[in-house]
Amino acid sequence: MENIDLTLIWVVIIGVAVFMYVLMDGFDLGVGVLFPFAPDDESRDLMMNSVAPVWDGNETWLILGGAGLLAAFPLIYSVFLPALYIGVFLMLAGLIFRGIAFEFRFKSGASKHWWDKSFSIGSTIAAFAQGAVVGAYIQGFDVVDMKYAGGAFDWLTPFTVMTGLGVVTGYALLGATWTVLKTEGATQDWAFKASERLLLGVFGFFIVVSLWTPLAKPFVYDRWVDNAEWLWVFPLLTAVVSVGVWRSIRRRQELMPFVGSMLLFGFFYLGILISMWPYAVPPDYTFWDAASAPGSQLFLLIGVLFLIPVILAYTAFTYWVFRGKVKPGAGYH
Amino acid sequence: MELDPLLLSRIQFAFVVSFHAIFPIFTIGLAAYIAVLEGLNFRNPDPVREKLSQFWIKIFALVFGLGVVSGIVMAFQFGTNWSNFSYAASNFLGPMLSYEVMSAFFLEATFLGVLLFGRDKVPRGVHLFAACMVALGTFISSFWILSANSWFHTPAGVELVDGHFQVTSWLQAIFNPSLPYRFSHMALASFITGGFVVAAVSSWYLLRGRNPRSSRMALRMTVIMLAVATPLQLVVGDLHGLNTFEHQPIKVAAMEGHWETQKGAPLVLFGLPDATAEKNHFEIAIPYLGSLILTHSLDGEVHGLKSVAADDRPPVAIVFWSFRIMVAIGVLFIVLSWASLVQMLRGRLFESRRLLTALSWSFPLPFIAVIAGWFVTELGRQPWVVYGMMRVSEALTPSLTGGMALATLIGYVAVYTVVFGAGVYYLRRVILDGLEPIETNEDPDSARPKRPLSALNTAFDGDFLAKGG
Repeated sequence: MENIDLTLIWVVIIGVAVFMYVLMDGFDLGVGVLFPFAPDDESRDLMMNSVAPVWDGNETWLILGGAGLLAAFPLIYSVFLPALYIGVFLMLAGLIFRGIAFEFRFKSGASKHWWDKSFSIGSTIAAFAQGAVVGAYIQGFDVVDMKYAGGAFDWLTPFTVMTGLGVVTGYALLGATWTVLKTEGATQDWAFKASERLLLGVFGFFIVVSLWTPLAKPFVYDRWVDNAEWLWVFPLLTAVVSVGVWRSIRRRQELMPFVGSMLLFGFFYLGILISMWPYAVPPDYTFWDAASAPGSQLFLLIGVLFLIPVILAYTAFTYWVFRGKVKPGAGYH
Repeated sequence: MELDPLLLSRIQFAFVVSFHAIFPIFTIGLAAYIAVLEGLNFRNPDPVREKLSQFWIKIFALVFGLGVVSGIVMAFQFGTNWSNFSYAASNFLGPMLSYEVMSAFFLEATFLGVLLFGRDKVPRGVHLFAACMVALGTFISSFWILSANSWFHTPAGVELVDGHFQVTSWLQAIFNPSLPYRFSHMALASFITGGFVVAAVSSWYLLRGRNPRSSRMALRMTVIMLAVATPLQLVVGDLHGLNTFEHQPIKVAAMEGHWETQKGAPLVLFGLPDATAEKNHFEIAIPYLGSLILTHSLDGEVHGLKSVAADDRPPVAIVFWSFRIMVAIGVLFIVLSWASLVQMLRGRLFESRRLLTALSWSFPLPFIAVIAGWFVTELGRQPWVVYGMMRVSEALTPSLTGGMALATLIGYVAVYTVVFGAGVYYLRRVILDGLEPIETNEDPDSARPKRPLSALNTAFDGDFLAKGG
């Protein structure tokens, strides 16, 4: 086994699992963020119906991310969670309130607007907290002797507020383009308009993060300047895809805005990994420092190789079962 | 006053895990019941049974939802409040939890979508398959989590190297000595919980003359299952106790209220354990019976609490009393299920109003018994997090302050109060609302509803109409 770098394999696996989560829960959290801005109650019903059969599976990727980090990179798990203690609580409270809204909203009469708020505020807080986690990762942690040694609110800075808002906007874009895909008529018209504005917002945040990060973090600056000969591809691809998404929205294509937005997320994600590589717990610890015992990584790897393809297969099956437009009234609930 | 992050974290963990545990304990049994109903329906379609299944799927969806959201909290609780423990035990705990997510959570969550929303979208066989996968998922999940939990009590297959657990044998670690007993005990507990809830709701309907056909069907099925499961639980519980006696004698000493190590130990029926005086007040005990039960010999030696230092003892009174509550409810369940079985065989169950009333009030008892059982086993493990290897006090997150722990404890209590309150309110509404009426002129093949289940017709407030079935 000595010539196989298990840790590197696990970076890829966890990287893919987190990205799966970002994409999948991203669009259904985004639907929640957009909820108060939807034109009417019927649109809200449609939007919620479009994610009701799948949100639970989507959120399972977050649990896999948590458990997978504990298994493969326990240092990340045992530093990030104490450092982000309050933020994690807010995220979980947000996820709880949005999760139960799925079950309760459709059964409620006069109290329906409370579950609307529960869904939208919960989703927005969860999205913000996740964005703040990304910011906190870039920012780095005060770690002494493999243990978090900072305070409860070290993570909350203007930078993390900005990344938090960036992710809220980004998820909203995924949610809007998903709504374009799954609805028709007035709801879809509104979702097209929202997608257009949100794309501008996301692009704005992209520029701010791309400038702020290297200026605040000298090693990120060096990384991009030293490797400029090939890294220029990323900003270029991001710009090209952004323009592509913009045009597909303008042409009222249904699938392309969603696919393109996911692609944009992929570039942002890769951009962050390239900036931070090889640090798992910045500024000092790499993924290899954060890794668990090779025996544990190997034991779980066997299961991953068998189970993840099966999971992807039946997840794809469910999306196929619930394919097509959501119809008002009939169908889901 | 200085806030103690250790105590607050322990309270928080006990709170969030107890709150979480009541949902899966119910859904494991209920998922199996739904799979059985769907399976019978697949072979032999029956509109009464179909409505019954739809009704319980509604309840399942609600309770499962509460279980999911409270379960996400558990995935992070180890890291936020017990990061030293997570880091130390990650080599074992991480893969275990990951296997649970991969082999069970995805299965449950994904196929639940098909079970809930797919009745008209997939062929009947696929819908049945989804019901089976949800039930299978709940079982696989309980296997992994109970294996990890059992390892806390009877750690095996690991060695401690510089404060870090290294796995030396996965087989020994996963199939550690208490797993078979704990798993059987919990699996039966979830069947009994599901069974009593179904029996309680069905009895309640029968007392009011509502949904009589489906309620009789449901009650007949559950009474037979409970009459088998409740005595079996007594046997399994006893075996689990003997296993604990072998591996964690001090926990058993706390359960039994034994302070002194003695041969021919009595069985303490009643007493007020006093940790300072190191004795029981007002003790009522049967001589020799304790040794007889634990060692199967009248003069077998039984360890007492005083055989270890006071620092190494669990909190006695709460373990002692929780154990008695659990056992008392277990005995009551045997009486109740056998009384129901006898009346059923005599053909009088559906007319026995007193028995139906007792059954209809039984629904909180399995939950109380399960929580009491968890208190016995988890508080009995104290002061260890990994029995004999790592103390709870070593497990805490070093950066955690009392203020932070208190803030999130208050936060979780507040959030769960709202969630639980709404959940119970709504469950009550679904039950009051009853089953969908069966149109008699329907032929069974077209009995599948145009709209799939979910509690579509039940309104949360005000605008609900009672329906008969």
